[in-house]
Amino acid sequence: MDAVRNTKAIFKRELASYFESPVAYVFLVVFLVLVQFLTFFIGNYYEMNQADPRGFFFWHPWLFLILVPAASMRLWSEERRTGTIETLLTLPVSLFQALLGKFLAAWVFIGLAVLLTFPIVLATAYLGAPDKGVIVGGYLGSLLLAGTCLSVGMFTSALTRNQVISFVLSVVICLFLLLAGWPPITDMFVKWAPRLVELVASFSFMSHYFSMQRGVIDLRDLAYFASAMIFMLAATHQVIENRKAA
Amino acid sequence: MLEVKNLRKTFGAIRAVNDVSFNVERGEVLGFLGPNGAGKTNTMRMITGFLPPTSGTAIVNGFDIRTSPLDAKKQIGYLPENAPVYSEMTVFNYLRFIAEIRGFTGAARDARVGGTVEKCRLDGVRNQSIGTLSKGYRQRVCFAQALLHDPAVLIMDEPTDGLDPNQKRVVRDMIRDMAREKVIVLSTHILEEVDAVCSRAVIISHGRIAANASPDSLRRRSAMHGAVEILLDKPLPEAATLLRSLPSAASVQEEGGRFVVMAKDKDRLFHDVFALVKGGSWAIGGIRVLDGRLDDVFRDLTMNDNGTARPESAA
Ligand SMILES: Nc1ncnc2c1ncn2[C@@H]1O[C@H](COP(=O)(O)OP(=O)(O)OP(=O)(O)O)[C@@H](O)[C@H]1O
Ligand SMILES: [Mg+2]
Repeated sequence: MDAVRNTKAIFKRELASYFESPVAYVFLVVFLVLVQFLTFFIGNYYEMNQADPRGFFFWHPWLFLILVPAASMRLWSEERRTGTIETLLTLPVSLFQALLGKFLAAWVFIGLAVLLTFPIVLATAYLGAPDKGVIVGGYLGSLLLAGTCLSVGMFTSALTRNQVISFVLSVVICLFLLLAGWPPITDMFVKWAPRLVELVASFSFMSHYFSMQRGVIDLRDLAYFASAMIFMLAATHQVIENRKAA
Repeated sequence: MLEVKNLRKTFGAIRAVNDVSFNVERGEVLGFLGPNGAGKTNTMRMITGFLPPTSGTAIVNGFDIRTSPLDAKKQIGYLPENAPVYSEMTVFNYLRFIAEIRGFTGAARDARVGGTVEKCRLDGVRNQSIGTLSKGYRQRVCFAQALLHDPAVLIMDEPTDGLDPNQKRVVRDMIRDMAREKVIVLSTHILEEVDAVCSRAVIISHGRIAANASPDSLRRRSAMHGAVEILLDKPLPEAATLLRSLPSAASVQEEGGRFVVMAKDKDRLFHDVFALVKGGSWAIGGIRVLDGRLDDVFRDLTMNDNGTARPESAA
């Protein structure tokens, strides 16, 4: 059971390392403040229905776009910059165990931020009578989306020893993957190249995210998020294997 | 036992390590020497499984680092160059993390960490975060990390770099103490260190092994080895001529009242010189046989004709 033990040890260390710097608290506060601000002020502005938690989940992708890369940018680039990757990968752990431990720690950390929003959802539940399925589906979709953005962020973090470059790259990639399936954007392009838009949109997070928002948990959506994460983790594995010392 | 077999590493056109092979037995301390850029760090990174070799492999205590990396890594304690450790962690938490990865749990883990903290004299800083430690202490934390699981094979890249003279001594004493039951490989730029702790030295230059021998036998290759030094209290004008005329002397260097007679025949030189100075009117202040210096041997083995030590290119 070395594999489980190693992954757990790395997971624990990574998760603790978030809380050993003020970054974790800044992150949690910023996420919670922004999500409320967007839901209640900007959301109101567009006259979204308060009792509908969809108005709340609507903003998650845009928050993740900035905050997830911020939480993931140091995962590998910092190891490379400081050289700790050499001590880490000469311990009897496989690269996969190290990757998984780091990924899960970051995911749990972001998941914590997401779950801390629960009072907001309770408030909307108090105001109206939202469908429980919508809430469960919303949170599940949100967590899966966060994990997918995170897998992109971890990938770009493995590409460079510079955290800023890692951050910018993952924002750009996530933005593309979000916008490619976002109705206002797809509607704009669909007139010119309907086939292409459809194809690109099928890679996007958004359609899957929105479909989970409706409270329908479709296996295809789960499979989409799972395969996106697995693909990005495999790509990260490859990148680190090839460029460890570079 | 550690067997390094035909290790090669190329980066594009640069041959960083070029066919390096050597064996180290239990009880030996191997000093890895070479100018900057010779390929020491790259070789160690390949042995410890951090860098995949372009070709060749290392067998660590019976486990091939390429085919069974995890088992091989369990045998190794590794202190990388510049002691990279997580700066945001405290010394104690860091060592506990290492202990967990090394397979210690519960009370055994705490005992390990406690023992290692004590052994590496880190008690005073155990709850300090590593980033706030001085360079020497960081080095010791990394040293502690390498020793924690009492590895059969200990590989250290410049272990005394950044330590004060007292700490250098402490580390060398520790290495000597551990030497009996371990395979130890360390790289260094300090040649006295080789004399102090190493039973064998491998000199590497441009990625190739230039010498693999005990410090004593390396010194024997020095031009100075076996030369006789004489100090004269009172000047003697004919001294140089007399010394040079000895059949076992190759040449004589004179500097003030100090003469160095280079040997043509190392076994006879001292006798001849001694017989000569005993007989005449020499006012001898001192006389001794020189050992030769590792510096000179190192320079001869690692310098190009143009005086540089660049890695060879594959072009
Ligand atoms: N990733 C890399 N890409 C290109 N060249 C590299 C890379 N890593 C190392 N080298 C080259 O390999 C050669 C050997 O480097 P290495 O670090 O092994 O030297 P060293 O003997 O440890 O030197 P030092 O005494 O300075 O620590 C150097 O010329 C170095 O520039
Ligand atoms: Mg080096």
